[in-house]
Amino acid sequence: MTTVQTAIGPEKTMVLNMGPQHPSTHGVLRVLLELDGENVVKADVDIGYLHTGIEKTAEALTYSQAITITDRMDYLAPLSNNLAYCLAVEKLLDLEIPKRAQYIRVLLTELTRIGSHLVWLGTHAIDLGAMSVFLYCFREREELLKIFEMVSGQRMMTSYFRIGGLALEPPAGWTERVENVVRTFPSRIDEYEDLLTKNRIWMARTQGVGILNAEDAIALGVSGPSLRGSGVDYDVRKYFPYSSYDEFDFQVPVRTEGDCFARYMCRVAEMRESLKIVRQALDKIPAEGPIKADAPGIVAPQRERMKTEMEALIYHFKIYTEGFAPPPGEVYQRVESPRGELGCFVASDGSPKPYRMRMRTPSFVNLQALQKMVEGRLIADVIASIGTLDIVLGEIDR
Amino acid sequence: MTETPDLEKNPAVARIRAWQPGAIAGLLYFRGEITVLVPRVQLRALAGFLAGDKELAFTYLSDVTAVDRFPNEPRFELNYHLLSLSRRDTLRLRVSLPGDAPVIETVIPVWPTANWHEREIFDLFGIRFEGHPNLRRMLLPDDWEGHPLRKDYPTEGPR
Repeated sequence: MTTVQTAIGPEKTMVLNMGPQHPSTHGVLRVLLELDGENVVKADVDIGYLHTGIEKTAEALTYSQAITITDRMDYLAPLSNNLAYCLAVEKLLDLEIPKRAQYIRVLLTELTRIGSHLVWLGTHAIDLGAMSVFLYCFREREELLKIFEMVSGQRMMTSYFRIGGLALEPPAGWTERVENVVRTFPSRIDEYEDLLTKNRIWMARTQGVGILNAEDAIALGVSGPSLRGSGVDYDVRKYFPYSSYDEFDFQVPVRTEGDCFARYMCRVAEMRESLKIVRQALDKIPAEGPIKADAPGIVAPQRERMKTEMEALIYHFKIYTEGFAPPPGEVYQRVESPRGELGCFVASDGSPKPYRMRMRTPSFVNLQALQKMVEGRLIADVIASIGTLDIVLGEIDR
Repeated sequence: MTETPDLEKNPAVARIRAWQPGAIAGLLYFRGEITVLVPRVQLRALAGFLAGDKELAFTYLSDVTAVDRFPNEPRFELNYHLLSLSRRDTLRLRVSLPGDAPVIETVIPVWPTANWHEREIFDLFGIRFEGHPNLRRMLLPDDWEGHPLRKDYPTEGPR
């Protein structure tokens, strides 16, 4: 990454290097801005600073082991990543998951969505100069992280979803904690909206800024709230329901303006819809029932059975030493992560390790739209546009 | 395990057959997903047809990705995951490329989103896309040697 081809010529423009270490690039992202005064003539995006070779690493791990590296792509939505990968492998195995596990998966991924949107809202607001929203958002997110910790033992790198179901039975009393969030959170969202939605500075910084029309958004493969802010109602949960999402009643917020403000409104409305899903999931989850599929040889047996049954002990040993081998074939499984369509492509060659594991990450694809959004605009709008795309660099570079 | 449906009845397959029978080299069905095997020379025209066809409207390209089948030939497989927003339908196109000349025409004119996907595949697999406006390394440094997602690229030790 060295030379920049200038559109106007070197004498009229200057090139400004934004990043890779810059607080408003939300990670290590480098943007080469060619400026004519304060106007952006060209914006060249340079990524790869966080490339860790996750897809290559997965090829050396067994199917179960690879779950742990999916967490590490998107640190704001580890459970969504777990889900995409687990669903893909379950599709490969043609495995049916008990309803109870499916509902718990839905509940936790929706909480993840809220948590991720909170970090987006806080950091986006701080980029544009609204400090207090950031502090409120992180206060509420803490409550969600405590739920994840209670359920899985980890605040962030949960790896709670396993192939065939969940890692372990959620502890007693966890639903009360979720109930508490569902009860208190709507008024918290009102608080953020009080601080931002009709705030004149906020409106001036986001309305009419970073416009992306529906046609360009589709052509560039943009997905998630960034696409729905441009008037396209594509949401994987509605279009290709997975994990029992078709049994839940919720709306997909869509705005037609296509600017930063529209995307902001979409995400805020989405948090309210996610709460509705969480509420319904709480009512749906049976108090008792299996959380793992009945699939000996794939799903590890219960501890109790292992101590009393020879077969269970053998299966346990085989699963953790050799793993299991799905039939040869390829599947592509998409889920709606907080950022958009998260696709997991897994190719099996019949061995216990994924022959190829590919993550189609929404941040990677959405970031391509940045150029379209900022060219011809002011340099201050670049900050707003990066923030509104809600990118996670770990997911982009993998 | 569900029965394999009659793939010829699938609207996309039927439309492609009617348009250009030679564009389908084969059909695969696995776990509810249809894969159309496409000859390398036909891909660009077929992509244009699928995206431009009013009835099928595969206007959204979800993903492009490659698989290295080393040491088998043809060595590389390219998978294009298409999505039709109006019909809520998906389709996978697969093209096989030989190991000694992994070159294919770009689909950026049809789906601009392919730009970064193709750059990433070039970077990690060394597959070249003819007509790509900016085919440079993307995730790795410019002076990197080799293509890490190839199967003959070692995961540890000297390269």
